[in-house]
Amino acid sequence: MSDNHSIKLTINGEEYTSSVEARMLLSDFIRHELGLTGTHVGCEHGVCGACTVILNGRSVRSCLMFAVQAHGQQITTVEGMAAEATDLHPLQEAFREAHGLQCGFCTPGILMSLIPFLDDNPCPSEEEIRAAISGNLCRCTGYQNIVTAVKLYVERES
Amino acid sequence: MKPASFKYYAPESLEEALVLKAQYGDEARILAGGQSLIPAMNFRIMQPTILLDLNLLAELSYISSRDSAVLHIGAMTRLSEVEDDPLIADRVALLHEALPYIAHPQIRNRGTVGGNIAHADPAAELPVVALAMDSRFRVQSTNGTRWINSIDFFRGYFETAIGPSEILVEIEVPFHAANTGWAFLEVSRRSGDYAMAGIAALITLDNKHICRKARLVYLNLSDAPLEAKQSADMLVGETLSDELIKQVANKASEEEIMPMESLHATVNYQRHLACILTKRALELAYGRAMET
Repeated sequence: MSDNHSIKLTINGEEYTSSVEARMLLSDFIRHELGLTGTHVGCEHGVCGACTVILNGRSVRSCLMFAVQAHGQQITTVEGMAAEATDLHPLQEAFREAHGLQCGFCTPGILMSLIPFLDDNPCPSEEEIRAAISGNLCRCTGYQNIVTAVKLYVERES
Repeated sequence: MKPASFKYYAPESLEEALVLKAQYGDEARILAGGQSLIPAMNFRIMQPTILLDLNLLAELSYISSRDSAVLHIGAMTRLSEVEDDPLIADRVALLHEALPYIAHPQIRNRGTVGGNIAHADPAAELPVVALAMDSRFRVQSTNGTRWINSIDFFRGYFETAIGPSEILVEIEVPFHAANTGWAFLEVSRRSGDYAMAGIAALITLDNKHICRKARLVYLNLSDAPLEAKQSADMLVGETLSDELIKQVANKASEEEIMPMESLHATVNYQRHLACILTKRALELAYGRAMET
């Protein structure tokens, strides 16, 4: 029994039209159908945060949504952070400088959690930064440099 | 793993959703925020054949104070909206305090109040808070609407009083009474994980600081939210003292809760946690009741 639906959605400012089976997860749609492999897939049950994307301005787990539910919605993935594909967003720049990426697997999800958080709260405390990324697991357990990177970015932007 | 196939409906009105629910009954699972249902489907623990997605129903997303004594929250209101609501922070402080314990910010951006309640996980926060506050739930079907009291609503593991053709549409939350103190506490292994034990406490004092009303409801210490009624009643008519708090905590944790051992916590450890949490919650709630 397959149940197909045609969907139209905007990802990183670009409009995509596709036909998807109802059971296709948004994370798989983004990676396998659109080839936007910056969004990583870890646990597929909402715990690790690697697949976090921005849906209508709020960070959500793309593995806990069906692609069909994204019909008509606006999504940002890590590929949409910087203005050009060859550029880095200032937050990404800060991550590079402060060694906020270790293996890099969790980084896209962390960035997608941080962008809406820093929009709402441009001068967060360390405790607030740690709470904001509490839903993102770093397998290297290297939160120290991630927090340092966010602080560096905040300092530069203020 | 990936979810098994299902038939997907995304009704554009509540009326349409109710017709589909009447037609398919138990076969049709409601998809609200999906933050518990979709993980279960990804693991194929659950394989519903029909999903009714309520995410297009903007009419079920609201926080409304049309009445001076109670607040109404639409079932599809996102948890993060409740968390950020200033009226709830001010007048339903117990609910406000419990919200950050629900998973992580990204989950609360998508998860809904109705979904959290209707899923009826004994380790979930909102059912415990709802029972402590005597919330009521409005369910609707093509035959009409009815209100269910929280005491009659939760029936055990993932079981509620919602009928096969009904949809939970609204939650009624009373504002805290004057001179009421609150506390929500839980212990989990990591931030955002399911708690091994938790408590919601409400205490109302009179102007002589004598306790007139007390509620103690426990999280994940039975197969549903568990109210320790006898223990809470020991507080009524009394002035709180360290000795009384100790007696109440001992009674609740030894006699009233019904913990079921899990991989991460033995029954004895859960009783220990319940005892400590009861003491802390009562001290906190009492202090707050004195301040208000």
